[in-house]
Amino acid sequence: MIKIEDMYKIYKMGSTNVYALNGIDICIEPKEFVAIVGQSGSGKSTLMNMIGCLDKPTSGEYYLDGNRVTKMKENELADIRNNKVGFIFQSFNLLSKLSALENVELPLVYKGIGRKERYKMAHKALERVGLGDRVNHKPTELSGGQQQRVAIARALSSRPPMILADEPTGALDSKSGQEIMKMIKELNDEGKTIVLITHEHHIANQAKRIIQLQDGKVVEDSEVV
Amino acid sequence: MKWVESLRMALKSIGSNKGRASLTMLGIIIGVSAVIVMVSLVQGSTNQVTAELEAMGTNMISVTVLGRGSNRTIEVNEMLEFAMDNSDKIESVSPFISSKATAKSGSNNISTTIQGTNEAFKTVRNTDVHQGRFFNALDIERRQKVALIGSYVSQELFGTLNSVGQEIKINGEIFQVIGLIEIKSNSSQGSEDDRIIIPYTTAQRLTRNANVNTYFIQAKTSETVDSAMTAVEKFLVGIFSDTNSYRITNQADLLDQVSEITGTLTMMLGGIAGISLLVGGIGIMNIMLVSVTERTKEIGIRKAIGAKRSNILQQFLIEAVAVSCIGGIIGILFGFLLSSVIESITQIPAIPSMSIVLISFSFSAFVGVFFGWYPANKASKLNPIQALRVE
Repeated sequence: MIKIEDMYKIYKMGSTNVYALNGIDICIEPKEFVAIVGQSGSGKSTLMNMIGCLDKPTSGEYYLDGNRVTKMKENELADIRNNKVGFIFQSFNLLSKLSALENVELPLVYKGIGRKERYKMAHKALERVGLGDRVNHKPTELSGGQQQRVAIARALSSRPPMILADEPTGALDSKSGQEIMKMIKELNDEGKTIVLITHEHHIANQAKRIIQLQDGKVVEDSEVV
Repeated sequence: MKWVESLRMALKSIGSNKGRASLTMLGIIIGVSAVIVMVSLVQGSTNQVTAELEAMGTNMISVTVLGRGSNRTIEVNEMLEFAMDNSDKIESVSPFISSKATAKSGSNNISTTIQGTNEAFKTVRNTDVHQGRFFNALDIERRQKVALIGSYVSQELFGTLNSVGQEIKINGEIFQVIGLIEIKSNSSQGSEDDRIIIPYTTAQRLTRNANVNTYFIQAKTSETVDSAMTAVEKFLVGIFSDTNSYRITNQADLLDQVSEITGTLTMMLGGIAGISLLVGGIGIMNIMLVSVTERTKEIGIRKAIGAKRSNILQQFLIEAVAVSCIGGIIGILFGFLLSSVIESITQIPAIPSMSIVLISFSFSAFVGVFFGWYPANKASKLNPIQALRVE
């Protein structure tokens, strides 16, 4: 469960303060499928970095499964990113020198899982996204849709309960975009919590709940009917 | 994460950037091979000099009468008597006269060194005959005109080494060649092979100089060298009453001096070569810093999926150490190769010792850690969000 209380993130731009997050209160239950929407600069990426434990707020509290994330040290945050969160980025963020399989294995390497076990888990994750026959391809040898599927496999490989997707379809054509969305919905059906960031309404409407941000504040929080 | 994983990552990264990695290694390769070549050359020549000194006999003490502050010299008989009295420490004594002379046979003549000594010289200075015989006590007593000639002299005068039994003229006096001295160096001019040895009694007459100013004393064993030195010292003080009138040196002291000098030389040359190793290390740091900047995005991704600071630090540090260690190993092989090439060209024996191989290798590994630390630390401290934003 994600619980954010009165969270602020303030950047200094010269002499003026920019409020990327301006007093956010959000609660996300396990197995929810939430879309966070807003224009660019509304603070949605900053919020995702907070939820994904990549960044620390200026003030406010963040509890993840009852643990107070805001008081955690760097190593503990790394462990949370490794075990509880799977990231999917707009630009895939795969390591271009590693094969698909090695990319998917990476979170497991940092988890300290042995070579054979890792290979099995990564292989399974790639099969899960329909790339069982592309394990030794480099990212550059794959299409955009395939690359995003490798990224999903990487996010799944360490079996985290939560997937954070930052504009996962933003760099894809609509057909591969739909495939990716279908896969994300399936993951939610299997019981993963999904937090998806997008500025496209037809993508957001596939979620079960939409949170709209504007100027670092929640302006709307509604269930999708 | 295990360090094996970091090593695997590092090797993969080095492998995908072979050109750059090998250029970076070049500094270390040159540094390590320079250290090995320099040090093995110095050690090789040290061994050569030491071996030559030891061949002269380590139990040897030499006494030179300088005659300063006194008109007194030592008679050969006095010296021999002293040796007899101290026969528990002293094996034998050779008086020694050396002078330049002209040797002639038929129309051939050369200028060479005449050494006058006694029969003990054979053991005292490790000088034996190759052919013929050494002169004996009787030859000395009777002032026989017999000569042992070096291989160079024999070649020059007779065109052959088979000269035993022939006659030569030394400063106009006829001598019989009774032996050919063992070939010590390569029969070249001015070497140990360019000399004639005759009885000292004959030499005293030939050079019209009755004074013997140099004695070679052989101690019984290497353990009695010091006590023999003390006895000689005491004996000479009794005669001259001025310690500046004579000089006593022994082979062991000389060896100590040689090893001291070559030790300094090793340190100096090794140090200079070590500086190039240091420069190689700076090259590694430079490239690693560039690499960290280039791979900022990679670092961001790794952190986002759960890499700890220590994981990133380890990865980059091991990469730097791997580069320097691989460079070190290639440098060792290259150093061995270069040493043997130099050895075959210059004839100076170059012996790379195990210790210098270990020292230079561990120094190169240390250079990797030392110069890899700063870039690796910088990489590990990158903020993941900013790192991810970099394109």
